[in-house]
Amino acid sequence: MARALINVPKTVKRGEIVEVRAMIAHPMETGYRVGPNGSNIPRDIIRRFACTYGGEEVFWADLHPAVSANPFFAFTLVASTSGTIKFTWTDDVGKTQTASAEITVS
Amino acid sequence: MRALWGLAGIIAALVCSMAIAVAIEEGGRRSGFDFMTPETQALQADDMSNPGMLWVLQGEQLWQQAEGRAGVTCSGCHGDASQTMRGVATRYPAFDEATERPIDLAGRINSCRTRQQQAEPLAPESNALLALTTYVAHQSRGMPITPATDARLAPFRDNGRRLFQSRIGQLELSCASCHDGNWGKRLGGSVIPQAHPTGYPLYRLEWQTVGSLQRRLRNCMIGVRAEPFAFGAAELVDLELHLTERARGMLVETPAVRP
Repeated sequence: MARALINVPKTVKRGEIVEVRAMIAHPMETGYRVGPNGSNIPRDIIRRFACTYGGEEVFWADLHPAVSANPFFAFTLVASTSGTIKFTWTDDVGKTQTASAEITVS
Repeated sequence: MRALWGLAGIIAALVCSMAIAVAIEEGGRRSGFDFMTPETQALQADDMSNPGMLWVLQGEQLWQQAEGRAGVTCSGCHGDASQTMRGVATRYPAFDEATERPIDLAGRINSCRTRQQQAEPLAPESNALLALTTYVAHQSRGMPITPATDARLAPFRDNGRRLFQSRIGQLELSCASCHDGNWGKRLGGSVIPQAHPTGYPLYRLEWQTVGSLQRRLRNCMIGVRAEPFAFGAAELVDLELHLTERARGMLVETPAVRP
């Protein structure tokens, strides 16, 4: 279970534009900082954020070292069908964290 | 000659106003929230955008997690935090019977860990300790700060006030020089707030993480080029004690967001 805060409205009308927000706890370590022992702190960032709606990818973003810690995304979707909105964060080593929410379209 | 005396008078008045930092009146107290930009205020006000809520979330999980040789969870003794921990943070730092000293909320959590759960204490500023402290303090959000009135705390609180007013470091500044005497003005690009600890542990955009009041105090000490007290030092807890008394009646904001 990812340490993430996601906000998806539970019930909406068909065709409505809904705002979706997602934030995950992540250090986004740039790899450019030097630790107390003088050696570089290894880079540890989220490379890709993606959102699928009913299995179809509707939003994705590539992240770079300049993005601050605990990245926050907000974007809009057109509510078409009831289903699962799933968020995936993929880091440097390919490890993924996921979170999901159900949306009911009436 | 008269002009020279006039100038001397102005300089003397300036020096006096800098030397005597008058305490803030009760009606004039303002949270650091009021000094922030509308954008940062919005970040704090909305639980879905407030990054501090990530620590509340983690704290909620840790509250249910068994720890140590005793294998008990926080909830095993304290039950539902939203009931039992409501208002607890408003009373801290409180008097600790075992050490006969004041103890702050993070210190209490660690002492509970070592004594009741028989686990290793969590490192200062570790994510787990901050998460648990934030989670517990969050249960008091919106409640007024009401420091414990225990008479045994008085000497420590007085020591805290003395530390607050003592000039330290190469810059020879006390906490009061800025936060009582010059709040509302600017230091570099940032507004000097009144230093009321209403939202700790809080998310600092500069830190990109949640941090404790002790971290903030140590930052200020480094800022005036003094050697900071170590995390958990008695002096820092005494300062916390004075600061909460100074902020008596102000509302808890945990987790606050600050620039």
